[in-house]
Amino acid sequence: MADLSLETTTKMELIPFGADGRELSAPSGSTILHALRLNGIETPTLCYLETLTPVSVCRVCVVELDGNRTLVPSCSRLLEAGMRIQTDSPRVRLARKLVLELLVSAVDMSLVNEDTRAWMHFYGVDEQRFERGAVPVARSTEPVIEDNPLFVRDYSKCMLCYKCVEACGTDAQNTFAISIKGRGFGASVSTEFSVSLAESACVFCGNCIAVCPTGALMPITEYRLRNEANWRPEDQTVTRTVCPFCGVGCNLELTVQDNRIIKATSPQDHSITHGSLCIKGRFGWEFINQRGEEQPVNSVDQTTMRDGHE
Amino acid sequence: MDLKYTQASPTPDEKNAIDGFLREQGIPDSFATLSDAEMRMGTSSVADVRVARQYVLPGLHSIQSQFGCVTPGAINWLAMRLGQPAAEVYGTATFYSLFEVAEDAVATLHICDDIGCRAAGTVDPLLNGLAVAGYPEDTPCNGARWKRSPCLGLCAQSPAAYFTTPGNSAGTIAWLDLDNAVRPNTETAISLLQTGLINAAPRLLSIGLAGADPPRLSTLIKFTLNLNLYLEDGGFQALKRARTFTPIQLIDEIDKSGLTGRGGAGFPTGRKWRAVLAEKSPIRYLVCNADESEPGTFKDRTIIENNPYSLIEAMAIAGHACGAKKGWIYIRAEYPEAAARLRKALAEVRTAGLIGAAGAENEIGFDIELSVGAGAYICGEETALLNSIEGKRGEPRNKPPFPSVSGLFGKPTAVNNVETLINALWIVKHGADAYREVGTAQSPGTRLFSLSGSVVAPGVYEAPHGITLRQLIVTAGGLPQGKQLRCVLLGGAAGVFVGLEDLDTELSSEGARAGNVTLGSGVVMVFDTSTDMRAVLKRIAEFFRHESCGQCVPCRIGTVRQEEALKRILHTETPLQEEIELLNQLGSVMCDASICGLGQTASSAIQSGIHRAKLLKSEGNNG
Repeated sequence: MADLSLETTTKMELIPFGADGRELSAPSGSTILHALRLNGIETPTLCYLETLTPVSVCRVCVVELDGNRTLVPSCSRLLEAGMRIQTDSPRVRLARKLVLELLVSAVDMSLVNEDTRAWMHFYGVDEQRFERGAVPVARSTEPVIEDNPLFVRDYSKCMLCYKCVEACGTDAQNTFAISIKGRGFGASVSTEFSVSLAESACVFCGNCIAVCPTGALMPITEYRLRNEANWRPEDQTVTRTVCPFCGVGCNLELTVQDNRIIKATSPQDHSITHGSLCIKGRFGWEFINQRGEEQPVNSVDQTTMRDGHE
Repeated sequence: MDLKYTQASPTPDEKNAIDGFLREQGIPDSFATLSDAEMRMGTSSVADVRVARQYVLPGLHSIQSQFGCVTPGAINWLAMRLGQPAAEVYGTATFYSLFEVAEDAVATLHICDDIGCRAAGTVDPLLNGLAVAGYPEDTPCNGARWKRSPCLGLCAQSPAAYFTTPGNSAGTIAWLDLDNAVRPNTETAISLLQTGLINAAPRLLSIGLAGADPPRLSTLIKFTLNLNLYLEDGGFQALKRARTFTPIQLIDEIDKSGLTGRGGAGFPTGRKWRAVLAEKSPIRYLVCNADESEPGTFKDRTIIENNPYSLIEAMAIAGHACGAKKGWIYIRAEYPEAAARLRKALAEVRTAGLIGAAGAENEIGFDIELSVGAGAYICGEETALLNSIEGKRGEPRNKPPFPSVSGLFGKPTAVNNVETLINALWIVKHGADAYREVGTAQSPGTRLFSLSGSVVAPGVYEAPHGITLRQLIVTAGGLPQGKQLRCVLLGGAAGVFVGLEDLDTELSSEGARAGNVTLGSGVVMVFDTSTDMRAVLKRIAEFFRHESCGQCVPCRIGTVRQEEALKRILHTETPLQEEIELLNQLGSVMCDASICGLGQTASSAIQSGIHRAKLLKSEGNNG
């Protein structure tokens, strides 16, 4: 994807455009989304992530572009000089509101981030909009898949943003363990023939977890704490450190609760990882929690994983 | 590439079949000579883009047609041989309705229950008959079952079905009204399910004429299944002539003719070709869209079944104009007869040296490859079609970039409908001035209309643009005795319902704009007052829900909510205004925010049915 970091963009030519009645400019090569953000115009996104190729499927970032019959996805449409854009017209508001309402009607969106919550509030999303009795409302209701010792997949929370598939594929890991199967409302993320992750090509890097916007993919530690109603963000601290396993120098952010590490991630803006890690960095920290304890809570046992242990 | 596969292995038969298929395609035992990036992205720098992934669909077809299903072992072996991840091949296989991704084979009779057959009045008696006789839908009985199918493009010969059996390479069209005089359609269907035998010869649909002008396209696509006869009739003379012109001269002539696309979007053909030619790329492609899946459309099938050579000649001309050395024809799997005729014709034309390896008659070595779909309406959308040829799920791409800039395998590509290309052939033969002699200022020339439903003589009719709807229906013999017109659907499921007051609408781009309708792919579907229009609306909503690719939120979830809202509305005599409001809002957001034309038009017919043709009102409706 295009490098739009500040150092690079400042070298580029600035091109003029108009948005919401203001005359603005942004570096050539920017997407509309990037141009809007540089100029302080906030735009909601769900399937977009700086580190992945835009797929433009959630349609929550759509804007009105003069001369276009339909709304356009700002995350992938490149800015052109003289574009006239509206980000808050009645058409845009209606589309964004309804897209969010459609998502909430079909997918468990309870774990989306605060930004998304705020946008839902901003657009006045009615979460019960389609619950109108008479005809049952179709929802995705797959059971939670716990087929490995490291993370769970709860596809009732999957909004099909394609991010995990991209992160597993050419955008990060090049493992290709998962793809989209089926079609239409029945489409979902899956391994071939829905085999368990251990049987699949999965290498348990967890880079799919790192990009999931709805909490459909979750480390088992977090999943269990949430199930025990013991996930307490207010009691958590995040510490940045360097992964000790090899010499690459991946930065880690360790989430700690009750003096135990419960989750490891890597900052998306870290120049080495761009948010990605390997199995060791993401899951290989349990030994630290073992100081003075006898039984591992969650050991990373390579042998059992390869054998398809539950 | 380091890919990991599961333990599932193919049976020796499956393995032999896959290896045999790949050998037939001239594929080396491994793709090791291509880099990973070339294999995955189709960005091979070799002139022949036979990169691995495009063999996924043909490979799946070869497995399915021999064994009746696609097993995990077979998917693994195909994926391994082609250097593709198994998860992606599985994802591709499950996208298409006609691949039976399972352990067991089953023969399937795909019976059309779509709106064209409903308008013809054949659906309910047939399906109810089957249920009463103890054959519920989708329930295998002695290894055979029947399923409801979206439009099969057989609207003028309703009822008909598409029958797939293990060992039958492409499936067969079953004419269920075969001996209707002797026994009902239901019994024909049941005996088929029991015996798996079809004894019917392919049935040809000829092209009728409407309006006073002499035939045009009809003469080009006169029934010929023999290359020598086509050549004696002046076939491939236009290609010879075209090759004496420069691409720019050809494009200028097409521009002058005012030809616009006949697939539904109506984009100026000359402008498209010019854009492709202008791209600075050493490789450009031409793709013919023969994935005719818009309910009620069967003109492209009729063209190909009548005269496949004319399409090949037209493509060679278009290839010359666009600077493309290679063309593809993407045809839907439900058209086995058309595909077979094309395949035979391509072989003959190649043997004659008119396409294929470079030679005296074919200096640049223009060649055409046939790609067969696998049951997905969405693959008629041009970028979904390109993805499908590339061996991927038929998901549309975000545009821009348009195919003329980045199309098949990332190369500049002209995607044209079958009828559009035949028009270009006519223009090269007779010139742009002659072309403009009929039709209207903005819609020169003639058009092939697919007439179906409640008319005496359904079929394909060639008529000059500007003919009125009424004239067209009269030409097709009007409604059968005792039937009364209720409404007409123009442009197919993505089109517009019009009422009696619109019968004098002129069928041209000017007329369509003035009357606020669409000609789409030339569908004219006539409904009489005996048809249950509520069931028709419901079927349209079901169609879009079933055919949505699932990629973008407005379409994936919107088509489901649209169907639910419509069902609630149809549930009551006087629907709540807020329900109608919700349906309208869903329609407008799907139209505004969906990625492609499917979502953007998924509400069109339903909205027009409710608001314009007033189909919710029960008067004149016994449904």
